Amino acid sequence: MNIYDIVFYLFAAITLVSAFFVVTTRNIVYSAFNLLFTFFGVAGLYVLLGADFVAVVQIMVYVGGILILILFGVMLTNKITNVQIKTGTLQVIPAVIGVLLLAGVLIFKVFLGTEWKSVKTDIPVKTTAFALGKLLITDYVLIFELLGILLLVVLIGAATIARREK
Amino acid sequence: MVQVGLNHFLIVSAILFSLGIFGIVTRKNAVMVLMGIELVLNSANLNFVAFAKYGNFGLSGQIAALFVIILAAAETAIALAIVLNIYKTFSTVNVDEIDNLKE
Repeated sequence: MNIYDIVFYLFAAITLVSAFFVVTTRNIVYSAFNLLFTFFGVAGLYVLLGADFVAVVQIMVYVGGILILILFGVMLTNKITNVQIKTGTLQVIPAVIGVLLLAGVLIFKVFLGTEWKSVKTDIPVKTTAFALGKLLITDYVLIFELLGILLLVVLIGAATIARREK
Repeated sequence: MVQVGLNHFLIVSAILFSLGIFGIVTRKNAVMVLMGIELVLNSANLNFVAFAKYGNFGLSGQIAALFVIILAAAETAIALAIVLNIYKTFSTVNVDEIDNLKE
């Protein structure tokens, strides 16, 4: 068991334990802060997989953007003053059964049941940012431009929807 | 103990996916449903990056993961704007109580 394995199990534990608390804690604010640790854990797994740029983007966009947005959503849609930050649950028992079935099928049939051809590819040891940037403006340039337009549409659309007066 | 390989990452992502689905189907609060969707997207991303390393696809998997992150940011922004609007209209964000398209 080398250091890579130990770090993997550490990050996997952080990710899964905090993800479990995200979906089981009653308090929404606690869920949001547990989501922070889930995102950090997933970023660590990306680093282990040699995806350093994706890991940095994960931390910047998810932790710096999406999580803050979700926290704002929590604060704007709950009356903080009369401690109403709890969230109810419904149909827990059928959901537990269904999700356990789903997880079992996913893990034992789909993932472990398939003979994945596992080839160690030569992802550069130094940094992937240069190669990713080159791919973005050659092979994937159309998707790149479309995503730029999409972000502009989202910027305008979100502002318009959120500001609409009655 | 076996060497950490592709299967380990796939199992982590499968458990993360199942937890996300659990959050989506059991939580009443719309913001909590959004958090479940983020977990599901993260697990998909983990698969993309894992197959980018262990499959023979070069960096295409990481590019796909980047696109998923961008789309997740866009989706969260729009969804939270809609949730704010629902809160202004119905003064609740519990998804089981909102069953009208208009007031």
